[in-house]
Amino acid sequence: MTQQTFALELRNVHKSYGTNEVLTGVDLSIAKHEVVGLIGPSGSGKSTLLRCINLLEPIQGGDVIVDGVSLTAPGVDVDRVRARIGIVFQSFNLFPHLSVLANVTLAPMKVRGTDRRIAEKAAHELLERFGLDEKAKSFPDRLSGGQQQRVAIVRALAMEPEIMLFDEVTSALDPALVHEVLQCIRELAQAGMTMVLATHEMGFCRDVADRVAFLQNGRLVEIDSPERLFNAPNHPDTKEFLRQTTPANPLRQI
Amino acid sequence: MHSVKWRDRSALTAFASTTVVFVALGILVVRSPGWHSVRRAFFQLKHARASLPDIAHGFLLNVRLFLVAEVCVLAIGLTVAIVRNIPGPTMLPFRILATAYTDVFRGVPTILLIYLFGFGVPALGIDRPWNSPLLWGSVALIANYGAYDAEVFRSGIRSVHPSQLAAARSLGLSQWKAFRFVVVPQAIRRVIPPLLNDFISLQKDTALVSTLGPLEALRNADIYAKSKFNYTPYVVASCMFLLLTIPMSRFVDWLILRQERARR
Repeated sequence: MTQQTFALELRNVHKSYGTNEVLTGVDLSIAKHEVVGLIGPSGSGKSTLLRCINLLEPIQGGDVIVDGVSLTAPGVDVDRVRARIGIVFQSFNLFPHLSVLANVTLAPMKVRGTDRRIAEKAAHELLERFGLDEKAKSFPDRLSGGQQQRVAIVRALAMEPEIMLFDEVTSALDPALVHEVLQCIRELAQAGMTMVLATHEMGFCRDVADRVAFLQNGRLVEIDSPERLFNAPNHPDTKEFLRQTTPANPLRQI
Repeated sequence: MHSVKWRDRSALTAFASTTVVFVALGILVVRSPGWHSVRRAFFQLKHARASLPDIAHGFLLNVRLFLVAEVCVLAIGLTVAIVRNIPGPTMLPFRILATAYTDVFRGVPTILLIYLFGFGVPALGIDRPWNSPLLWGSVALIANYGAYDAEVFRSGIRSVHPSQLAAARSLGLSQWKAFRFVVVPQAIRRVIPPLLNDFISLQKDTALVSTLGPLEALRNADIYAKSKFNYTPYVVASCMFLLLTIPMSRFVDWLILRQERARR
């Protein structure tokens, strides 16, 4: 029997803060180059799930497996794991005391020990690709929200991650700036990046994801292709959630 | 224009009220019953001139003391603050030590610390030059201000949002590197005004070391005052300190203003 190696596997992941259970046994397997959308009401555990994947939050039970290697096994160098998984946050979290270029080159230089010139050349190329190179010398507070979020994406990409996690990356943006960020993510998806995408942008999720997972109360209720999950969900909770979030104008396309 | 007129008028009002208040205060002081004897005791040009060279010479010691102490204070303060902020079970003994240090050296009056160190340590019978009261008095001053500034640095580190640390760690930076390159640089920027405030305080408190005997500004003023029965040297010494601390105060004001503008 041949067993497929997944890019990322979650097995029965449990997470709680004190007595408050946030994730109650989540199983999820993601193939290489697959894009998985993560939807669900606020507080359903989407963000926590992403933060558990790169161990920003310790888990209380279960296992996270990246490329066949368990991250929770003793002796695993967590910092090296994190360098392989990029995450982009809702609130950008750029380093305000560093220029755009320095934001992007910090991790390659300090974690990988990459030479400054090489790191800067790579950073310029990435910034160029996302239309940000003329902002290389600017500081984050001089940029629009959309630009900041794109820099955050570039900063994560500079470590050449195998998996990218997006934690509601457009929720803090003006509607007019959402498009440019989603365009970046779409481009990454087309380039074959393995991604997990927690989002409220249903239309975008339907458009870009290979599979969509519905999360509620820390439990993975349903996972399916976007067509089936959005048009004919199995579970009544999924139906109810979709009815509430997409009332009159269903699934706006971006 | 209307706004210019208004500005002129408010400037005029400010000038007038300032003049009235200061002149009134001056008259009040000069007309007080003891003014003549106070003037004779504290404000005699003759004594000021005569005491100035020794006091100025002594003041050089204050300045040197301050410069050396400040460098040590900053290094100790930052180190202690970082130790107190690094989590993990292996760091626990160091966290306990750092906490004990700040608790003890912040909690004892500066002058008492200077006595205890300055008289106590040389009494142990260590060899020269390690038995100098000046040296141990300075150590006491450094320990005291190091503890204060450790708390200033610590509040600065805590004011950096945890999401900054999360972002740094998510890129693969270790706890230490995340501190070194992301958290601490931001923290330092934020605490520069309160640190400078403590600088000013430290500049003045170098005078406390005079109680141990070294011939710094206050000590020299004291010697002159007691030999000539005139207090003018105290005023001279005060002016010396002000020469140093007032520009510093204005500089702090300017820095704070600049930070406020940047935040807007």
